[in-house]
Amino acid sequence: MIDSFAFNIPFISIFMAMIAAIITPLLPKRNRIPEKLSCWVIFIIGMLSAYLLYALTNSGQSLSFNFKMGHFPAPYGNELRAGPLEAVLSLFFSFSMLLSLTGNFSSTEEDIAPNRRQIFCVLINLLMASLLALTYTNDIFTAYVFIEINTIAACSIVAVKESPETARAALRYLVMSLVGSGLVLIAICLLYDLTGHLLMQNMHTAIQALVATKSYIMPLTVSLALITTGLAVKSALYPFAFWLPDAHGSSTNTSSAILSGLVLKGHIFLLIKIFYRVFGLDVIHILRMDTVIFILGLLAMIMGSVHALRQTNVKRMIAWSSVAQVGYIFLGVGLNTPAGIAAACLHIIVHACVKPMLFTAAGGLSNAAGHKKGLHALMGTFYSNVWAGLGLITGAFSMMGIPAFAGFASKLSLTMASFDHPVIVWSLAALAASSVLNALYYVPAVIVILTHNKNMNNNFSAPPPTRLYKISMTCFLAMNFYLGLFCMPLLRLITRGVNVL
Amino acid sequence: MNEEIKAIWRSFYDWVVGNGPRPENEVIPDEPPPDLPFTRKPKDKFSRFHEATLKERYNQWMEIHGLHMFSALYSGISVLTCIVIVSLLLATVAELPPFGDERNPANNEVIRRYVERGGKETGAQNIVAGLILDYRAFDTFGESAVLFTAAVSVLMLLGASRRNNADDEQAMKGNDSGKNFMQRGPPSVRLHTFRRDDAILRGVASLSMPVIMMMGCVVVINGHLSPGGGFSGGAILSTALILCANAYGFERVHSFFNERTFITTSSTALMIYALSKGYSFFTGANDIHSVIPKGTIGNILSGGLILPLNICVGLIVAGTLYGFYALFSEGEI
Amino acid sequence: MLEKLILNHYEAAAVILSGIGLTNLLLQRNLIKKIIGLNIMDTAVYLFLAAKGYVAGRAAPILIEGEKAGEWITNSAVYANPVPAGLVLTGIVVSVSVTAFALALTLKLYESYGTLNIDEALMKMTLQQEELEAKIEAQEEELIS
Repeated sequence: MIDSFAFNIPFISIFMAMIAAIITPLLPKRNRIPEKLSCWVIFIIGMLSAYLLYALTNSGQSLSFNFKMGHFPAPYGNELRAGPLEAVLSLFFSFSMLLSLTGNFSSTEEDIAPNRRQIFCVLINLLMASLLALTYTNDIFTAYVFIEINTIAACSIVAVKESPETARAALRYLVMSLVGSGLVLIAICLLYDLTGHLLMQNMHTAIQALVATKSYIMPLTVSLALITTGLAVKSALYPFAFWLPDAHGSSTNTSSAILSGLVLKGHIFLLIKIFYRVFGLDVIHILRMDTVIFILGLLAMIMGSVHALRQTNVKRMIAWSSVAQVGYIFLGVGLNTPAGIAAACLHIIVHACVKPMLFTAAGGLSNAAGHKKGLHALMGTFYSNVWAGLGLITGAFSMMGIPAFAGFASKLSLTMASFDHPVIVWSLAALAASSVLNALYYVPAVIVILTHNKNMNNNFSAPPPTRLYKISMTCFLAMNFYLGLFCMPLLRLITRGVNVL
Repeated sequence: MNEEIKAIWRSFYDWVVGNGPRPENEVIPDEPPPDLPFTRKPKDKFSRFHEATLKERYNQWMEIHGLHMFSALYSGISVLTCIVIVSLLLATVAELPPFGDERNPANNEVIRRYVERGGKETGAQNIVAGLILDYRAFDTFGESAVLFTAAVSVLMLLGASRRNNADDEQAMKGNDSGKNFMQRGPPSVRLHTFRRDDAILRGVASLSMPVIMMMGCVVVINGHLSPGGGFSGGAILSTALILCANAYGFERVHSFFNERTFITTSSTALMIYALSKGYSFFTGANDIHSVIPKGTIGNILSGGLILPLNICVGLIVAGTLYGFYALFSEGEI
Repeated sequence: MLEKLILNHYEAAAVILSGIGLTNLLLQRNLIKKIIGLNIMDTAVYLFLAAKGYVAGRAAPILIEGEKAGEWITNSAVYANPVPAGLVLTGIVVSVSVTAFALALTLKLYESYGTLNIDEALMKMTLQQEELEAKIEAQEEELIS
């Protein structure tokens, strides 16, 4: 049995982030107190998640537990649920968030007006709380409420950098997100009407009974389609991803890193939970949603890279590459087997570590080039900011799937997951094609930053990277190599987590 | 006589349209002659010309960037999507459990427990209040957090930046207030201003504001006994504030409710909410006995935490809704 | 099917309303109209939920005092479903917050570009950028010469 401190960790982490968000506006603005508070809270949440993971894996048989929010048991009150998968995800989410904050500290201070920084910290804490709630929740309506918090906070951290472009990008992002959450809300209402429950387990039982008696198949299919579409819009699956490059490319580096690395992943994990815990994989297969997701994933893998090839702005290129990576995750979900979902979760983690690193590195490099974001302007910047250069190279190799880098592990596990599956030919072909396409735009970027620039503007001297930047980048690099070289225990843990999900 | 009637009419017209008071010694130009056919004023022509060029530029730009195709495709796909979604949903609705039937799946044991034991377990006469503030309190906490998120976001977008711009300009140009006002930007955005010295509005406001305030407080405080609660009561309270701002000017409200008070009350109220609900979640999950008394149903002091939570929520909602109004019309709270 | 639609006419109306809202949200170029579309969609969801809470012949879910004072009628056959009411309340608050935020962003866009049309804003942005790039190029050429 798990000890009582670890039992309370999901609740403590969500409430810590929430209370930090609420108390931040009351704090004094001087001495960067709000920033420090956010960083420390997120760090503590990460440590708590690590302890939860440790306690769960050493607890013997029962790997997961439910935490009732209030005095009332399952179908009457709200509930949280924690298992190894949730613990792993919140661990990586919080550390990735922390490193994106610390790594981009100086560029945040340049981009954001002083009187907005405090509110920026509030929004970061709220985002953290909503991500944790999306990860841990066991109640579908709670998930909807926290999706909305996530939407508003995510759009605000795009608009926090004051420029006309970000207002436009944030609006576009907001409109698409609202379409998505509207569809999710309609689907939740339909499901409530069909099952009479809002808790995931009870809905699961009711849906299984409905499918077994073949009643209400049509409404079930429609609500599944709506909820999938809604969450796909929010997690930027390809045909719905045109808002992403604007939002992620124009905002400040911290926001880009957090949005690409974490916000998309929260929604994808919610979708996985809904597939696995509300409908059940067999029902998903009967309703044919797995095929749709699989095909869209394939499309996203190819088209995201094709779009990325045409970009000249380095941040937009990385943003389009996120679309391709989201395609990988959906490919794993579309396999509709526990192994496929485990591979998808591993890729969620890998991408949550690599993409913030790439954005942080790109930010450092464009600072070294004098705030220019065009790819050609970055020529030779490796030599002025070695840490950022190393980050970009590692991230690029990782996205291409070169062995010993993080992306290789998840691509390998995706391949392994699709071996005993009839769609093996398609997924292998797409993985190969997408890797080649990734190389087509990441290799030139790497070559550009490594080329010595002879007519570089000598009278411009970029500030050297701060110590905080170096430390964060080192942590990012360490996480990457850990994921690339020693991911098997992690994959086993995720598989166990998926099995008890 | 004629002039006087004209003047009264004009001031009435101004009041209806919402213009500010006119200067006393204003010279009123003669009415322009009505437009004759086949005559066009040069200014009009120019503006049309200008419009045409802008539109041409827009079209050119759309063509260059291949957006005509894209937007046509986009509209086509959107229309198709909407038609598909609506027809699918209609087909779905036709298959849903029938309207108002008590054998529907939604009327299950959960509802039975809420109704049969809700009074005893939460102490609230209003089952919905007991449901949202006790059984499913985490959702409602999230909902207040949504409001808080929106409030800080709007404050960040509209409040801080404009004042910042004004400050910057003041720093750059000294205290040239006229110029400052011109360059502030918002005047073009501020769509209308009310007259602040309106006797009728003031009279009505002074009569109705106490009533509205009272009504709001009643709805908030009786949230666990009758329909209403923190959200609806807070909305009523905020209308009283908005009425006050319109009748007596924002400065009057500003004297007791400014940005600092807004942030402090919202944060503090939400903090009390979070801590008290956190206590109840914690005790509930760990099966510790909670010290909060439930009271007897139907009394004003009953329902455990529901009454204080309703008051907190009412404060947050009243402040936030007034804050939205002030930020949108004035650019500051 | 039509018969069933008439039986479920509140839900059908809600669905049609949400279709209208969604069409507005996707097709209107004017942002204010887009936001109005969003609100129509939300309202449709409230109508749907309210229709789901209704049970024929039952009272609103507020306990009614019994014949003796201090005694409450807690028979579940008397009251309607309270859950949809709670969900509608949450939905309303969420929609108010989202609307306010969207309007604030729209105001920002209008301040920067003087337009409420997203495409026009994009045009102005590209034109500005092109001008800026041309300026930078001219400067660089000057430097070289």
